[in-house]
Amino acid sequence: MSNSSIPVRKFDAVIVGAGGSGLRAAIQLSEGGLKTAVLSKVFPTRSHTVAAQGGVSASLGNSEEDHWHWHMYDTVKGSDWLGDQDAIEYMCRKAPEVVVELEHFGMPFDRTDEGKIYQRPFGGHMSNFGEKPVRRACAAADRTGHAMLHALYQRNVRANTQFFVEWMALDLIRDESGQVLGVIALEMETGEVVAFHAKATIFATGGAGRIYYSSTNAFINTGDGLGMAARAGIALEDMEFWQFHPTGVAGAGVLITEGVRGEGGILRNSDNERFMERYAPNAKDLASRDVVSRAMVTEINEGRGCGPNKDFVLLDITHLDPATIMKRLPGIREISIQFAGIDPIQAPIPVVPTCHYQMGGIPTNFKGQVVSADGVPVKGFYAAGEVACASVHGANRLGTNSLLDLLVFGKSSGDSVIEDLASGAIVHKDLPAAYAERTLARLHRLNTQTGGSNVNETRLELQRTMQKHCGVFRFKDMLVEGVAKIVEIEKAVARTEIKDKSQVWNTARVEALELDNLIEVAKATLVSAEARKESRGAHVRDDAPDTPENPNGRDDANWHKHTLWEREGSSLSYKPVTMTPLTVETIALKTRSY
Amino acid sequence: MDERERINRLRWRCTRRAMLEMDLLLGEFLERVFPTLGPEQADAFVVLADMEDLELWPLINGSRDCADPVQAEVLALLRTVRVK
Repeated sequence: MSNSSIPVRKFDAVIVGAGGSGLRAAIQLSEGGLKTAVLSKVFPTRSHTVAAQGGVSASLGNSEEDHWHWHMYDTVKGSDWLGDQDAIEYMCRKAPEVVVELEHFGMPFDRTDEGKIYQRPFGGHMSNFGEKPVRRACAAADRTGHAMLHALYQRNVRANTQFFVEWMALDLIRDESGQVLGVIALEMETGEVVAFHAKATIFATGGAGRIYYSSTNAFINTGDGLGMAARAGIALEDMEFWQFHPTGVAGAGVLITEGVRGEGGILRNSDNERFMERYAPNAKDLASRDVVSRAMVTEINEGRGCGPNKDFVLLDITHLDPATIMKRLPGIREISIQFAGIDPIQAPIPVVPTCHYQMGGIPTNFKGQVVSADGVPVKGFYAAGEVACASVHGANRLGTNSLLDLLVFGKSSGDSVIEDLASGAIVHKDLPAAYAERTLARLHRLNTQTGGSNVNETRLELQRTMQKHCGVFRFKDMLVEGVAKIVEIEKAVARTEIKDKSQVWNTARVEALELDNLIEVAKATLVSAEARKESRGAHVRDDAPDTPENPNGRDDANWHKHTLWEREGSSLSYKPVTMTPLTVETIALKTRSY
Repeated sequence: MDERERINRLRWRCTRRAMLEMDLLLGEFLERVFPTLGPEQADAFVVLADMEDLELWPLINGSRDCADPVQAEVLALLRTVRVK
């Protein structure tokens, strides 16, 4: 197939992804008068932003005194000092503005008696530079993400944003100078491959939590933006940092809230031992997430896991009064019955630490412009939300900062597009010759492959490898072995075979194309994690323990820097963490303790 | 639209949803139970699958009642699904 056979659609801007950040960016562009296309694998209000329940943080000070500088301090500390302080200042200063804007878009926030936005406390958010908890989280009951998506979507409808629903973006279009000129995408309903030729391209594709066997992420989170960026020669930043939740249902990944342990739930190993008594004699099962997760993995790795493969531990509430379970934990009982096949009144729930959020991503500045290793913007390319690494979350994200990230950087990326177009920093360029060849070759290979590997089996192998070799607690030998394994899996991904060759609604093809993206993310994660010889935030290594010289295993002298992984040669380089905020003084390095 | 296309479209809408819980439940239902449904129930399932997750979840867990009798039958079947 030659390039001339591909239809071309022209827009001022194309946004890939219609979750919180994509919709927020689209509002800026459409209301700014730009002809904007938004591509999404699903209808916008079915994006994974829906799963964010907790709230969005902003120092509104509606319930008690608060300040964006305190929020900034908490975020820097939460990031274990890996977050860039210019971006963190920008986000925390902008928070009240974007939250109030969202209110004006129709977001039904919970209210105080006086009619102000109600705010509640959330882990890690403190007043007066870490002194005591502060009420900073704004929520719409436990449906904050859902309500946010609806408010943003309605605003886009009003602004005439053009949506392309059930389209999958396949590859970035870049010219010889490196400028991004749009994307090539596949319409599922027709199987047609189309070039979206745009002056500006914004990636808002979300995370890639499906690289792990046990993940709280919906199936949609296959790292499509990361895969496309990596294939186009854009380095991925800090991919070793993934946030885990200690109690996901083994196999399914569905979250079991901390509230279960709060009600008296106990974690047990195969000897029926309450093992948390050994790891955290005081807090026991209610120790912090990372402590509990690491203890669980240690039990499993030392052979005290449960089940035929000894690969999970048990969360036991059988000692609780059934009436208490029915009254206080009815939802959890239902989840356990449906997703573990176990009634927790009668038997304990199998659980494992479960992947939840990706801190790394496509490197951007605080304006949402994608940047190369030297900080120079990649012309025509922008990113926001979980796919991007601004970097505000650094090595560990604070709760409620993910929804804030979507709003702030969705908006700033949209504003940057408008500014860059107005200033002439990006001008419209013709599509280069043979721009679609690689993509078409990839599709052709998939259509004609014989004797190849099975997509589902290969994905499962990838997910199991990531879970075992690069999970919540990391071991040197396992990481080295994991890198070798993922290289082998990569070969299988390059030979995937699908039986269905049809054009229209070929979901097997789409799943194979998603796997092409997952492998890039998995490889970036493993290679970056193996190389970082310290513990920091969510990256915790057995061979980088807590010592007086390196508290918590953090080694600032050698590792206070961002990782950049490039697909070409799977090579690593590093860049400094931005320690200079925009207007305030640097928040100096210190040990992270709560 | 032929049968393969119809089922594949439904599969996509059942397994690329906002919440993991719904991907798992609807995906499992589609594979195991959907092929056994009569035409009316199959149509009712398509209507349910088109709902957003936070509309559908309360109907599945019974915290909200369903007025449509055929949809209610399908919801009762959805409640029996156990994800492997």
